[in-house]
Amino acid sequence: MKIMTCPLNGPRPVSEFHYWGEVRPMPDPATASDDTWADYVFNRNGAPGLKKEWWCHTPSNTWFIAERDTEKDVVLKTYFYEGDQ
Amino acid sequence: MPWRLLRFALNKKHPEPRMFTFHEKLKPSYDVVIIGGGGHGLSAAYYLAREHGITNVCVLEKGYIGGGNTGRNTTIIRSNYLTPEGVQFYDESVRLWQDLSEDFDLNLFYANRGHFTLAHTDSALRTMRWRAEVNKHYGVASEVVGPEVVKEAAPMIDITCAGHSPILGALYHAPGSVARHDAVAWGYGRGADQRGVEIHQQTEVLGIDVEGGKVKGVRTSKGYISTGKVLCAVAGSTPRILKMVDVKSPIYIHPLQAMVSEPVKPWLDPILVSGSLHVYISQSARGELVMGASLDPYELHGTRSTLDFVEGLTSHMLEMFPFLSNVKVMRQWAGMADMTPDFAPVMGKTPVDGFYLDSGWGTWGFKATPVCGKTMAHTIATDTAHPLITGFSLDRFRNYALTGEKGAASVGH
Ligand SMILES: Cc1cc2nc3c(=O)[nH]c(=O)nc-3n(C[C@H](O)[C@H](O)[C@H](O)COP(=O)(O)OP(=O)(O)OC[C@H]3O[C@@H](n4cnc5c(N)ncnc54)[C@H](O)[C@@H]3O)c2cc1C
Repeated sequence: MKIMTCPLNGPRPVSEFHYWGEVRPMPDPATASDDTWADYVFNRNGAPGLKKEWWCHTPSNTWFIAERDTEKDVVLKTYFYEGDQ
Repeated sequence: MPWRLLRFALNKKHPEPRMFTFHEKLKPSYDVVIIGGGGHGLSAAYYLAREHGITNVCVLEKGYIGGGNTGRNTTIIRSNYLTPEGVQFYDESVRLWQDLSEDFDLNLFYANRGHFTLAHTDSALRTMRWRAEVNKHYGVASEVVGPEVVKEAAPMIDITCAGHSPILGALYHAPGSVARHDAVAWGYGRGADQRGVEIHQQTEVLGIDVEGGKVKGVRTSKGYISTGKVLCAVAGSTPRILKMVDVKSPIYIHPLQAMVSEPVKPWLDPILVSGSLHVYISQSARGELVMGASLDPYELHGTRSTLDFVEGLTSHMLEMFPFLSNVKVMRQWAGMADMTPDFAPVMGKTPVDGFYLDSGWGTWGFKATPVCGKTMAHTIATDTAHPLITGFSLDRFRNYALTGEKGAASVGH
């Protein structure tokens, strides 16, 4: 992957983007048990696959979601976050 | 060639000795199955056989021996870490390294060069003083030195780094060394093979059978094996294997790249690392400059290399050594680094009985090859974590008890 498509700015070199990990639902910190919270804070889905990830186009500070195959390094689509679906 | 020598060469009675025995087939069961024929897996096999008399063992390697991160790293060996757990563990490894060539009767080209971690900022110097004090406390040679000592050890350096990141000092670690990485894998492999361990290359683990929380067997591309003990030592493939046994972990995979230059006359004796410039360099016995940088910026399960990496690395390297602008880059490559949030490994027992883990070796595990084998062999043989690795257990995340080693990582990640 050398080019990534920002939903606001269109195709840009990947060096302009910042990767922020997989989209993961956060448990409610007020009610979650210590184990659930530790699992959320530390554990990751480390195996390869098709993942929904947070990315940011840094020059314009545009945050968005990319769906990416983490084994082939191919981005399938990018779009703005619209709440948890 | 003299005629008698040629006759000797053609005589079938004197075949060229092989490093390893070739095994046509897997046995139906083994006492221990080791996944991964990198340095770590082979070292564990070696110490299981040599120190615990457990020889009904097979090492399964999906590609070829040492073809993973063992054969892709920049071979820096040091023990100047930050946490007491880390310093003692890596110090034991350095001791093992020093006798290894004799132990194997194989030249590992272990070369003691001295290691400088350069500081370009006050905060970097502060962490170095901290590291030096922890190191000295555990008897590891480590001291903070001024820029003049760096200049004397590497006279070609521009101590101002092109005027914008002057070197204020360095952490000097006299035991810092380099070694031939593939020879380490072969040495451990041959030693294990001679003691009865079977090494099966081109054999991929496809699944692991767990029943009632216990390991029962391993499914491979060459058939089924029943066993009660499995060691997972697969570095960048760790999350895939953990998925097979349904164990969660914080391990995530980013590529780490490196490159070498064309060979030049010897001019650089020590190993130099700059955290702020994100680069490190040493000169190999063949004269090549071996260079690396920080991790690739996003998750990827592949070993492609990029032009971005070469551009970034060379521009910083030229700030330190402007005269290198005439030297050509010869090769570049990548490995898959199994990273952890606290930059310490994940080793020992797991929630699955009989499933042992040697992982989380990220960008720093080559130096640990001997001590990992030794401590994992002990852990497997006695089913109790070796005292040197209790700070590295998978449990530490559930208990919020991390082993913060990031301050000793070679380059800022
Ligand atoms: C560019 C780079 C530079 C580095 N520099 C340094 C350094 O200077 N100093 C340092 O200490 N460390 C360094 N490291 C880290 C070090 O290389 C690794 O931590 C270490 O080599 C890991 O060894 P290993 O035996 O655990 O893994 P590997 O050598 O990766 O071996 C794992 C093996 O498992 C096999 N495998 C995977 N999945 C399966 C399966 N399903 N079935 C069968 N086999 C399988 C793989 O083919 C592989 O051969 C560097 C790493 C990289 C990538």
